[in-house]
Amino acid sequence: MTIGLIGRSAGRLLVPFIFIFGFYIVSHGHLTPGGGFQGGAVIATGVALILVCYYYRECMEKFIPVTSFKLVESAGLMLFICTALAGLVAASGFLFNWLNASGGLFGNPVAYGINPGDLFTAGIIPVLNFAIGIEVFGALSAILMFMFAGLKETTQKEDDAQLSVQNMDAGKKGGRK
Amino acid sequence: MKDCSFTIRPRFVLVLVILVTLILLLPAVGLSFGDPSISSTDQYYIDNSQTETGAHNVVTAIVFDYRGFDTLGEATVLFIAVLAVAMIFRRLHK
Repeated sequence: MTIGLIGRSAGRLLVPFIFIFGFYIVSHGHLTPGGGFQGGAVIATGVALILVCYYYRECMEKFIPVTSFKLVESAGLMLFICTALAGLVAASGFLFNWLNASGGLFGNPVAYGINPGDLFTAGIIPVLNFAIGIEVFGALSAILMFMFAGLKETTQKEDDAQLSVQNMDAGKKGGRK
Repeated sequence: MKDCSFTIRPRFVLVLVILVTLILLLPAVGLSFGDPSISSTDQYYIDNSQTETGAHNVVTAIVFDYRGFDTLGEATVLFIAVLAVAMIFRRLHK
């Protein structure tokens, strides 16, 4: 059960660009349309492409077990909660935007009005965007991994054997459809 | 499933669906579209979100700053969804 050489090559070509595009959507969430949810979903689409193009058990289970995605998801949610609680400690309230225009991380002074915008502005909003992006990426990938585990999957060797048998049958009958 | 004596008549279901749809559509008749009665907050967001949050994207400013607690709830919902999927598929995943 595989997608074939053309699909695999196209997937290998597309996956890095999908990851970069998702990272762009997450990191520019406070400047352009998009944000953590959308960017995380785009990155998870890249993971889905890997899962479809390659052999699940050969490629994913050996190098990236499903528990690592669960860990990534939990880390994203913990980053969100810790950033929110830091507002409680450093400033007046839970989820307070205490990094905004402070001069530190993501704290560049904002040029108000209509302008192209600066990436390192808006305080905790980019941090929360990254947290949500990591969480959505981990969550959707973990769901995909769990559901792929339910599929009956053959290995490369079995597929090749079946393919050769089919080719022999076609040769015996003297023609192709 | 022979012991299930309960039967569903298609005509009854059709009448029920039409009835429920009409009941649900009844309040929508009186609504005036394009003229929401409460519109003071959205103009406030358009005017002040850039100065207050520093984000140029008003939607992100609302989702992650004004309504950040709601976003935390959404993330928790996603987390619970993954827990449910892991529970359902745990036997397939050896």
